[in-house]
Parts: sequence; C-alpha cells; structure tokens
Amino acid sequence: MKKTHTPTDHSNPVISIRGLKKAFEDYAVLRGIDLDLYQGENLVVLGRSGTGKSVLIKIISGLLKPDAGEITVLGHNMEQITEKELQELRVRIGFSFQNSALYDSMTVRKNLEFPLVRNRKGITRAEINTAVETVLDAVGLSQTINQMPAELSGGQRKRIGIARTLILNPEIMLYDEPTAGLDPITCIEINDLINEVQQRYNTSSIIITHDLTCAKQTGDRIAMLLDGQFQRTGTFDEVFDTDDTRVKPFFDYNFIH
Amino acid sequence: MDTAESTTAVKKNSKFKQSLVNFFTDLYKINQFILRFFREAFVPPFEFKEIVRQCFEVGVRSFTLISVTGFIVGVIFTKQSRPSLSEFGAQSWLPSLVSIAIMRALAPLVTALIASGKVGSSIGAELGSMRVTEQIDAMEVSGTKPFKFLVCTRVLATTLTIPILSTYTGLIAILGGFLNVSQNEGTSWSTFIQQVFEPLTFVDFVASLIKSIVFGFTIGIVGCYQGYNSTKGTEGVGKAANGAVVTAMFLVFIEEVIIVQITSWFR
Ligand SMILES: Nc1ncnc2c1ncn2[C@@H]1O[C@H](COP(=O)(O)OP(=O)(O)OP(=O)(O)O)[C@@H](O)[C@H]1O
Ligand SMILES: [Mg+2]
Repeated sequence: MKKTHTPTDHSNPVISIRGLKKAFEDYAVLRGIDLDLYQGENLVVLGRSGTGKSVLIKIISGLLKPDAGEITVLGHNMEQITEKELQELRVRIGFSFQNSALYDSMTVRKNLEFPLVRNRKGITRAEINTAVETVLDAVGLSQTINQMPAELSGGQRKRIGIARTLILNPEIMLYDEPTAGLDPITCIEINDLINEVQQRYNTSSIIITHDLTCAKQTGDRIAMLLDGQFQRTGTFDEVFDTDDTRVKPFFDYNFIH
Repeated sequence: MDTAESTTAVKKNSKFKQSLVNFFTDLYKINQFILRFFREAFVPPFEFKEIVRQCFEVGVRSFTLISVTGFIVGVIFTKQSRPSLSEFGAQSWLPSLVSIAIMRALAPLVTALIASGKVGSSIGAELGSMRVTEQIDAMEVSGTKPFKFLVCTRVLATTLTIPILSTYTGLIAILGGFLNVSQNEGTSWSTFIQQVFEPLTFVDFVASLIKSIVFGFTIGIVGCYQGYNSTKGTEGVGKAANGAVVTAMFLVFIEEVIIVQITSWFR
C-alpha cells in the first residue's frame, strides 16, 4: 500500500539541523549534516551500514552530544536545553530502537505501561488499561499482552517497541531500521503500520532504513547519507535518477536481485 | 640494539602512564557516579515500590547461601578454637570468643563477600545487559530517569538489606556455635546466650552496623557502576559482572581494615 498523501507544511520544520558534526575518537562519522523535518512528513534516511544513521537520531533525541552544529527540535535549541525541558521534550518524541530495546524483565503490558506510569502522574488504572489496549490494537498484537519479550518473534518485538513509543502520543517518531531482519510480508505490514501511525497520530517521522521497499512505501522524501553528509535529497525517483556508483548499487540490489 | 631497547622502554613507560591515567579517570568517574547517587536518591518522587522489590531480590538471592555459610562458619570456628583454649584451660571462654569473632568480624565480612558474589555480579550483569541492549537508552528517551529508577533503587536496597542479612548471618553462626558447644560441653542455651552477649559492647554493635552499611553501599555502587557503564557487546556484560565482584571484594577488604582501625580508637 502506497501511502495516501497528507500535505506537508513546509513553512514549519519540527526538526531543524545545521552543520551537525560528530566524531568518535579519530573517526568523523557525521561531517556537516543539514536537515529539516517538516510537520506531517515521513522522511526516509538511507545509507550504508556504519554511516552514522543511528548516531544521527541519537543526537536528535539527546542521547549523544554533537561536536558542532545547531539542532532545534520542536522549538527547543538542544544545546541550551535544561535537564527538565529535555525530559519533557522526550515525551513528545517517540524512539523506536533498531533492536526494539524492550525491557526483558517486564511483560508486554508492563513494557507499555512503563512510560505512561512514569510520565503521567495521577493517571488511573482504568486509563492505563485503555491506553495499553488501544496501542496494542493499533499494532495488531492484543493477544501478546501477558507475554514476556523473550517469547516474541523479531517482528512482534519491533511492533511492541513501536507501540511503547506510541502510548505517549508523540509528535515526532524516529524509527531506526523498522524492517531490518524481517521477512518481506512482515516488512510490508510494518510499512503499513508506519503510514497508519502517521495518519492516526498525525506524527512527523524520520525513518532510517536500507530497505528500498520500505523507503518507497513510507517516504515522502528521501535523504541519502554518504560520507557523513546528505548528498542527495528529494523524492524517491529524484534520488535514484543518477549514475553515482555510491547510490546505484542500493537500487540495483533491491530491485534487480 | 640500543635504539630497539629504548623504544621498548618508551613503550613500556607510555603503557604504564596510560594505565595510571586510566586508573585516575576511573576513580574520577566512580566519584561522579557516587555524587550523582546522592544528588538523585533523596529527591522526590521516591521509588518506594521498586526499592522494596530490590530489597527482596537482594535477600532472596543470597539467603540460602548465607544461611548455610553462616551456620558452617559458626560450627567450624567453635570447633577449631576449642583446642587452643583448652590448652590454657580456658574452654569456658569459648562462647565469648565465638561471639566476639563472629559479631565483630566474621558476620559482616562473610555476608559482604557472599553478597559481592551473588548480588554484586547479578546487578552488574543485569544493568550491563540493559545497557548493551539499549534498554537504558530506551528509558532515557521515554522521559524517565533510568539512573534514579535502576541505580538509586539498587544501591539503597543493598545498603538497607546487607546489614539485616549480616545480623542474620551472625545469629545463624552463633546458633552453629551453640550446637557445637552444647554437644561437647553440654552448656545450656541460657548460659550460652548470657556468655555470648557479655563481652559485646555498644561500640561493637555500632561498628558492625556501620561496617555492613558501608559494605552494602559499596556492593550496590560497584555493581551498578560496572553495569551502567558497561561497554557494547555481550562481552561487556560478562566484564561488568566480573568487574563488579572483583572490585567489590577488594574494596570490602580495604574498608574492613580501615573501619577496624577506626573502631580500635574508640575502645
Ligand atoms: N557510542 C559509540 N562509541 C564509539 N563509536 C560509535 C558509537 N556509536 C557509533 N559509533 C560508530 O559510529 C559509526 C556509525 O554508527 P551507527 O550506529 O550510526 O551506524 P548506522 O548507520 O546506524 O549503521 P547500521 O545500518 O549498521 O545500523 C560506526 O562506525 C560506529 O562504530
Ligand atoms: Mg544503526
């Protein structure tokens, strides 16, 4: 299912990054990133393994500190943000981890409750139960509510991870390789889920992937991360209309093999 | 060759310098970690439920081993001390000797060492695997404070529970001592208990209590520090668990020496 297009508001970036740099010891991973994420859009970030895609969204959510550059998220300058503001800001951003990062020691229900119970003081048991059932239903996994994460399949874990971030009604979603390691049919289901989430919760999303089917199905705009910078940005067709040997293999591998 | 020798010497020297630098950075980091604990642990909202749960975990994890070890220590210590005392005809001092040895030194130390192994390592492994699988990051980005929820609760739990376990170990060890004494000398329970408490002073109780509190805090902090800062990969988890045990035991011995020295000034 190709997404039905919701208009993106180009006057209103929810995330704005200028000149972002990040190095680990001697290795410069990000070398001058400029990026705008607009209200209501799905932005796909493509790039080879190790190009710093995960590092980029970890910097956006404040898990890593940048070496240089200006980052504004929902009107907050990330450099000047106080601890308390950061904590409030994070509630408005959903982060779906590459490996799901479910809490091993808790059941699915407890996993989903955790962000709610911790962030919404005075919430009632009935409200919690309703919220949990709603997000579980949204990801289509109501039957797993009492299972432990270890008992779930990879695809189910991904979806529970997404559900856990949805429970706080985030305005921005950051997906780190939502379809990696899943079979094609599950991939399509996850892609549909991403689109559904965007429409249902009216989120703006960054979707990291190297799966072009996912990019094509979910992305309003594609940004290609090469050598620490966004070298090509645009619609799917614009990005791949090139003979650049660093870009073409992506396309060839996904659609010829 | 001269130059080759001097380069290896330089290498050795720089390696030594590097490990010295590492040692002091570690010291600084663990210091920051402890300060952070005090900054965050006593600010509301408090995690009472989680603290109680962790206390329970600490107790359950070490209960069996501590019971068995405590009892055996009591029996063996009594048995081994008897010949030396009877050489001087001082066999009747046996209960007093047992109680001094156990209450002053053995109970807190044995408890701390067992807890380092059982509790310290499992805290290290648990937090280590949470760090490696990004569960700690996940807590962080969902707007909760993982340090407070994971570290403060565990450190408070060990600090509160180890003294209780320590007292329990002492009582079990004394029971072991009693069984041995009553079998050999036929001493009655009431006489035995009287002799056990006679030599113990207020200073002994306070010192033992402080000691176990310090041990408990050490085990919690070291386990959490190792786990919370563990490096990527499954290897990191093993290292965290192992590091937690080794460091905690090492520190427990050093603290034992220091506290014994300090208490001796009060006697
Ligand atoms: N905490 C860290 N400490 C040191 N180096 C790191 C750290 N995090 C990432 N790196 C390095 O930064 C580079 C980019 O890592 P990143 O995880 O962002 O890659 P990625 O683009 O997400 O790759 P993949 O598609 O495999 O997930 C890698 O070379 C990695 O070794
Ligand atoms: Mg990644």
